[in-house]
Amino acid sequence: MRILVVEDDKDVAGFVVKGLREAGHVVEHAENGRDGLFLAASEAFDAIILDRMLPGGVDGLGLLQTLRAQDNTVPVLFLSAMAQVDDRVRGLKAGGDDYLTKPFAFSELLARVEALDRRRRGDGPTTKLVVADLELDLLSRAVRRAGQKIDLQPREFRLLEFLMRHAGQVVTRTMLLEGVWDYHFDPQTNVIDVHVSRLRQKVDKPFPAALIHTVRNAGYILRHDPA
Amino acid sequence: MPDTSFVTIPPERRRSTQLFRSAGVRFAALYALLFGASALALALFIWWATAGLLDRQTDAAIRADAQGLAERWDEGGVVALIATIKDRLAENVDDNAIYLLTDAALHPLAGNLSHWPASFGLDQDWDELPIERAGVHALARVHRFDVQGGFHLLVGRDVQVRAQLRTLLTDALLWAGGVVVVLGTAGALVVRGLFRHTLATVSLTAAAISAGDLTRRIALTGRGDEFDRLAETINDMLDRIARLMDGVREVSNAIAHDLRTPITRARTRLEDAATHARSDEDLRAAIERATVDLDGVVSVFQALLRIAEIEAGARRSAFAPFDLAPVLADLAELYAAAAEEAGMRLEVATPPTLPISGDRELIQQAVANLLDNAIKFSPAGGRILLSGEMGAIMRVTVTDEGPGIPEADRPRAAERFFRGEMARHTPGSGLGLSLVQAVALLHGGSLELSNAEPGLVAELRLAAT
Repeated sequence: MRILVVEDDKDVAGFVVKGLREAGHVVEHAENGRDGLFLAASEAFDAIILDRMLPGGVDGLGLLQTLRAQDNTVPVLFLSAMAQVDDRVRGLKAGGDDYLTKPFAFSELLARVEALDRRRRGDGPTTKLVVADLELDLLSRAVRRAGQKIDLQPREFRLLEFLMRHAGQVVTRTMLLEGVWDYHFDPQTNVIDVHVSRLRQKVDKPFPAALIHTVRNAGYILRHDPA
Repeated sequence: MPDTSFVTIPPERRRSTQLFRSAGVRFAALYALLFGASALALALFIWWATAGLLDRQTDAAIRADAQGLAERWDEGGVVALIATIKDRLAENVDDNAIYLLTDAALHPLAGNLSHWPASFGLDQDWDELPIERAGVHALARVHRFDVQGGFHLLVGRDVQVRAQLRTLLTDALLWAGGVVVVLGTAGALVVRGLFRHTLATVSLTAAAISAGDLTRRIALTGRGDEFDRLAETINDMLDRIARLMDGVREVSNAIAHDLRTPITRARTRLEDAATHARSDEDLRAAIERATVDLDGVVSVFQALLRIAEIEAGARRSAFAPFDLAPVLADLAELYAAAAEEAGMRLEVATPPTLPISGDRELIQQAVANLLDNAIKFSPAGGRILLSGEMGAIMRVTVTDEGPGIPEADRPRAAERFFRGEMARHTPGSGLGLSLVQAVALLHGGSLELSNAEPGLVAELRLAAT
């Protein structure tokens, strides 16, 4: 992915840029809102990581509003120390696609940025998701693996759908909580792990190859590893 | 050189503007002005009703008299007129009537004046002039008529008594004016004094509070007047500020205590690894553990900020009507798996709909916190019941079969960072119930904890509308 990082804190920016490059992305960095807006408006990016409070007269919200006013639909992830619920709402209302508060774990940031990639997600309505021998039919709400029908509870179906839509990408617990349950808080109990493990019982256990993998310190990934 | 870019006000001007910048002085001046104006109006009315009335009565009497004389003239000419004047003088008991009839050359023909008054010209109609009558000096109000045949007739009244009354009245009013000035000034000073005194108590209290003494309150006079009501409002405000300040102090102390521990742990780990780690692997492990500690610190901070945000009431804008029943069912579904994993049963009992107006996200989090607690403290094989009930208020209860909270700890259980004996060895920040309580208060309700014998009943009460 070609990613623009607009962040004025040198340490944070350096850390993010390095991490994204190590993950195989092409990264541009702008230190202030004006440069960020110039880069975002003049070059094509797959995603922008945007700080809210920026020097240079243009803050994150202003930058995004200007971009959106120019019909620029590049996915934007806010990375901000402004952590109040209203801040998040304001960021998303201004046209942001995701909102991550500082301090953050890099794995969370990486997973969320990669989830923004529209080319991999594919535009247009899909009726069927397929990963290896696993098929999920969105219309008949049927799931099959190796031709065998798997019975899932509605929530398990949505969990699997979310994982399959992000196949090959790391999905964190918070992303699942937000994407599948629409909750925006951290439960102290590891409720998500239990649900994923139940899904594994049905989707992976009866079959020779596992598709749902745990990524240490990050979350889960649904991926076909040809052995 | 002083800075000349500022306009300097001459000292005397400054003093006068400062004087009128005092609200007390302004009120006093206003009082004096109103008092003086009313006194003046009163004096004018008294004058009009006494001296003025007498004047008007005299003029009317003179006119009536002259009218009568004119009729006599019409009937019998000058002879009848002279006779009438004589009759009238004889009949005049008060001895205040004045008549004089002269011929064209001003020779007296009849009447009680010895000659035509020198100062009264033949072109004048009315005058008030001094006369001499029977050797006595007096003041007379006179009216002149021209009678056919060149005769001149003067009709008047002796107004000496009235003039004395007028002098008396003028004197009295002048003295009263002096009294008005004295009383007005005194009253103004009293008003200013009262004003300053009343404000001084408020001002002194405010100054003391600014200086850091938050326990001071404005004294009430007990009269229940506007000043008392103002003082009560200000005192209520101060109480609220004091409570908030206490809260802040309590939280700062708690933060100092409770965050020091994980920060110390992380710091120790890092320092220990820096000096003693023998392999990259050791180093990496130490760093990872320190990161987990710091994440814990961050989550405590986030919880604290969230609670503060809720307590500040800033989220009330997110209130909207919604149905709580499916929200509770969803939460139960989310937690049921974790409960089963821990060998418990999570049951949910709600009516088909539970309409409520509130912040859905916050209520979700509050109920989630209660479920978190229930799962954390219940023994394996226990039953957890999540129920919603709609009455005059909305009650959401989570009942578990854990150890409960000892009676003595219950009032403090929702305080920030409070952790009971039982909770000391389980992971957690001691902020879960604080958040639940903050959410309850935001929704005009409360958090009630009671004993389920065994277990805990945590009841989240929310105002229904």
